[in-house]
Amino acid sequence: MKRAWWHNDKKFDIVVTILVVSILIFIFYPLYFVVIASISNPDLVSAGKVWFWPRGISFEGYDFIFRDVRILRGYMNTMIYAGCGTAIALFITIPAGYALSRSDLKGQKIIMLFFVFTMYFSGGLIPMYLVVKSLGLVDTRAVLMILGSFSVFNLIITRTFYANTMPKELQEAAEVDGCNVFQYFIYVVLPLSKSIIAVIGLYYAVYHWNSFFNGLIYINNVKLYPLQLILRDILISGQTIDTSITDLDMIKRLEQISRTIKYGVIIVSSLPVLMIYPLVQKHFVKGVMIGSVKS
Amino acid sequence: MENQKNKENYNSRIMRYIKKSYMLYIFLIPAIVYAILFDYMPMYGIQIAFKDFRPDLGFAGSQWVGFKYFKMFFESYQFETLIRNTLVLSFYALIAGFPIPIILAFLLNYTTNLKLKKATQMVTYAPHFISTVVFCGMLFVLLGTDGIYNQILGVFGIKPIGFMTKAENFRHVYVWSGIIQQMGWNSIIYIAALTSVSPEIHEAAIVDGASKLDRIIHIDWPSIMPTAIMLLILSAGRIMTLGFEKAFLLQNNLNLDYSEIIATYVYKIGIQGGQLSLSASIGLFNNLINFALLLVVNQISKKLTKVGIL
Repeated sequence: MKRAWWHNDKKFDIVVTILVVSILIFIFYPLYFVVIASISNPDLVSAGKVWFWPRGISFEGYDFIFRDVRILRGYMNTMIYAGCGTAIALFITIPAGYALSRSDLKGQKIIMLFFVFTMYFSGGLIPMYLVVKSLGLVDTRAVLMILGSFSVFNLIITRTFYANTMPKELQEAAEVDGCNVFQYFIYVVLPLSKSIIAVIGLYYAVYHWNSFFNGLIYINNVKLYPLQLILRDILISGQTIDTSITDLDMIKRLEQISRTIKYGVIIVSSLPVLMIYPLVQKHFVKGVMIGSVKS
Repeated sequence: MENQKNKENYNSRIMRYIKKSYMLYIFLIPAIVYAILFDYMPMYGIQIAFKDFRPDLGFAGSQWVGFKYFKMFFESYQFETLIRNTLVLSFYALIAGFPIPIILAFLLNYTTNLKLKKATQMVTYAPHFISTVVFCGMLFVLLGTDGIYNQILGVFGIKPIGFMTKAENFRHVYVWSGIIQQMGWNSIIYIAALTSVSPEIHEAAIVDGASKLDRIIHIDWPSIMPTAIMLLILSAGRIMTLGFEKAFLLQNNLNLDYSEIIATYVYKIGIQGGQLSLSASIGLFNNLINFALLLVVNQISKKLTKVGIL
């Protein structure tokens, strides 16, 4: 009996390949286009003459970007927020995840419920804002380091990791040798935790780098703006021009190439994340796998 | 005597336990402090939804007014628009976004060229790591009337489409750009489920003359269906927690009729407008509906897949 063509495995493979290649191009092209447009001659880009490769290579856009005080300051701020925020996040999450993975922790269920409940119900924006305000954290650097530095999802990933990887015998042997919990954690558990620290450290770092909401709500002082708020001004509100620039010719030129500047800004701001991304992609995926085991 | 001994034994056991394990509670202190300050304190502050909040009197000191602000919201002219926009966007995103990661996972699973598979995975996961601001910025420059996509359409003689300027297109841009951003990342869990299917089943099917399509329908699909149903139910339980950031960033005065959702409205009248009690009550209304949905959905999930999340 002859079956329909779609049951022919060779033809099936061809269809699959065509579809996968189309998806690949469909998602890759806009990313690629932003890159080539950012280094092409701005006039050729706006005339629609740049399609597949950069033309009239020009770094004029980048030149303005690296002289823009707002971007440099936002970049520095976000590096501080992401660095300190990730350190705080690891300090909160790793020990807690380890403690919750221990079967001899009394009251484990209640404590988990205490945390998990916050995933499904929250006070909402306004009460949160009032609490942050009453703690004196509005318009401080600390608020952007602290908020978001504890996520119950990451806590569950950490707990699952420890529950699956730390052999009980190791702990018993250490206890026989007179090791207390704290020493055991520092000298035995932490050295064995590199992969989980990498995974959730990366999650937190990316979160802090990309975080926009907290800055929008809690920061009014322009000097404390994280990068994403500056990006909003440039990319969405269209304020391509640094207000400290007074040279009229320069302002005119900036208006002409504002689109190229936007492409450049997209690259510059996403670069840190996209640069480490190919190296750590496996770690990111690992987190999803660990998380899906038990949640 | 016996009793006494037991008691001593018990006491010393407790002492030993405390000595051995109390430090574990110290490990939990930072996390508990965070949760109390930034999760439970705001929950305590929900009471201002039922009060005339005055900053000088605080959460507890302000006057009770009952459901005054809820009534104000239900009777306001925005009520219907807000609920409609929030629900339409969520359901659209849920229904359109559900099958695509599954299809992608099947395609990748049956891609024989490993290099192509790796490249596609890497490229489709990448947009997940681009920030919402940058992603929306890209939408504006690429989909603008003179953006690259309208230039491409122009080559085929199609007039520029106002992706970002026409209010009616807001929903489509919102939902489909979200799908493009997340489809790779959301497919990971399905790819994991597909690779855990025992290869012997596939081998046996091949011996029986099954085509690849047969194997997808009769082996792969049944094996990932529980995961798929579970995820579908989970996201149905999050219907009302539509993201603030993207709607806010894509919003302008022209598309407000389609883009104003509960989350953006709460921000506008609360943080910008200072109507704290009113916006707190709208936020609470939203959270309560969501929590109720979650409980219902969890019950359904327990019945259907024997897996609950709570």
